Amino acid sequence: MNTRELFFWVMLASAAVIMAFILLPMIQLLTAPSLPMLQKTIRDPDVLRSLWLSIYTSGCAALISFTLGTPLAYLLARTRFRGKGLIESVIDLPIVIPHPVVGIAILSVAGRNHWIGQILSALGIRIMGSVTGIVTVLTFVGLPFYINAAKEGFESVPVRLEKVSRSLGASMLSTFFRITFPLAGRSVLVGAIMCLARAVSEFGAVVIVAYHPMIAPVMIYERFEAFGLKYSQPVAFWLVFLCLVLFFVLRMLTLYRKKGG
Amino acid sequence: MIQLEHLSVDLDEFHLRDVSLSVSENEFFVLMGPTGAGKTVLLEAVAGLVPVQDGRILIGGRDVTHLPPEKRGISIMYQDYALFPHFTVLDNIMYGLHFHRVDKDQRQERKKQLIEQLNLGHLLHRYPATLSGGELQRVALARALIVRPTVLLLDEPLSALDPAFREEIRDALVTLQERSGVTFIMVTHDFSDALSLAQRACVINNGSIEQTGDIADIFQRPTSRFVADFVGMKNCYQVNFRDTKAVIDGIEIETGRTWWRAYGYIAIRPEDVVISKKPLDSSMRNVFEGRIRSVRDKGFFYEAEVLVWNTVFVSLITKSALFDLDIREGVRVWIAFKATSIHLF
Repeated sequence: MNTRELFFWVMLASAAVIMAFILLPMIQLLTAPSLPMLQKTIRDPDVLRSLWLSIYTSGCAALISFTLGTPLAYLLARTRFRGKGLIESVIDLPIVIPHPVVGIAILSVAGRNHWIGQILSALGIRIMGSVTGIVTVLTFVGLPFYINAAKEGFESVPVRLEKVSRSLGASMLSTFFRITFPLAGRSVLVGAIMCLARAVSEFGAVVIVAYHPMIAPVMIYERFEAFGLKYSQPVAFWLVFLCLVLFFVLRMLTLYRKKGG
Repeated sequence: MIQLEHLSVDLDEFHLRDVSLSVSENEFFVLMGPTGAGKTVLLEAVAGLVPVQDGRILIGGRDVTHLPPEKRGISIMYQDYALFPHFTVLDNIMYGLHFHRVDKDQRQERKKQLIEQLNLGHLLHRYPATLSGGELQRVALARALIVRPTVLLLDEPLSALDPAFREEIRDALVTLQERSGVTFIMVTHDFSDALSLAQRACVINNGSIEQTGDIADIFQRPTSRFVADFVGMKNCYQVNFRDTKAVIDGIEIETGRTWWRAYGYIAIRPEDVVISKKPLDSSMRNVFEGRIRSVRDKGFFYEAEVLVWNTVFVSLITKSALFDLDIREGVRVWIAFKATSIHLF
């Protein structure tokens, strides 16, 4: 065996180990529950509610990230200013903070002892134990994924296209909506999917802020704690199944957009 | 008329300093200069795409210095053409009309006219990624001209084209400029483009204008050492003037006129320096004996360096002259040039 072949086999072996590492637990998770058990689980109103809440709150987080994050991503992609690196580090902060700490941090500003919490309370907005709280937490953890992907997308659009558009009579806003955004659209969509994926999988921060109403990961945890592995697996199966369908559809959308130019 | 008055631009990585320039209405004007001289920045400043620190930009007497790009009536076309990749050719061409009040008949007329002039009829439903360099360029021209700008800024539009195609596009540009009545300001560092397209030009170096004027003047009578080097006057020397003579390192060169300063520069185009094996019996007043220091192949001709005392003169010779005269390193030769071919500055 020459060096080149050895190199190839080492690469192949490492790829096989990684694929097995990811796929074996997933296959086990998806094949362990029996069909009657899966049918019974999906008819359970509590399970349905938690699955819907997971998808709904994650969707809201992705939508908020898209709305608030797009201008910031564009600004970071197109401007240079002192302190830009610091802002980018701040945006990445939710990725590196342990998840329960995120929950505690959000509660500490949304609580009664903080002026923000007092304002929210005066406005009738409750964070602790509410859907609003869940969406807040999921947005917090999902935002960096959206902003970074969208920023890369905007950076990939040549500035010259915008300049030509302006010289042809388009305002900055028209240029953004007609040229920059459509061309960065794929990255923006990928960013939204990443944000959604991150939000759907969040557990640690949500469990601190809102154990109830129960999102799917919290329900899986609760069933595991109360009844063991066997009863948590079917809920996990349906959450994974839903996520796979959702991401498959979104992924197809991005591929379609890519082909469409 | 376009007037730039003491224009200064400060970008992080580049500065334009005190640029003043005047371009007539309907003129084809050329900006020349080496890479990184500031040509594109100057175009972008005129178009309003980079902020101006100081000075004024006047178009037809109207001060547009602080107007946003979309209000200036100036189109820009870049070297890479910057077509919108997600639009078809037709959508690219028509893009600018979304932002101008042009009635339907006018739109159709302009579209038809440009499509015919630039021979784009068969490309309308294709995307830019499927077009050749020449096709991209024609689409970019149509897109820029459909909005009837006062000025069209062209940033090295010919540099990405293959040489066989350049001449055709040059002719098309001249025709288009004459027919459209739009002022064209074009950046190039190709002398043949400049000579065949424009009457007047300016040379920019390091963010400042070195020389503005007739292109022939710039080529024959550079006003600075930089411009002399830039336009290929390879024989450029700092000299002391004595009566009608320029003295370099012991060599006395007859210039045929007196100069108003005691020192300065002389420049001689290499094609004006004649090499021979014997002293030439001609009217040329400057004849010197020297030795060939090097001969370089320049494609269609050869460039010979002749050492006269301690001064090197560069001469361009043909391949047949190279063999006929047996020009090679170390051979003793004579060089000659007319006093009238010497430019003093």
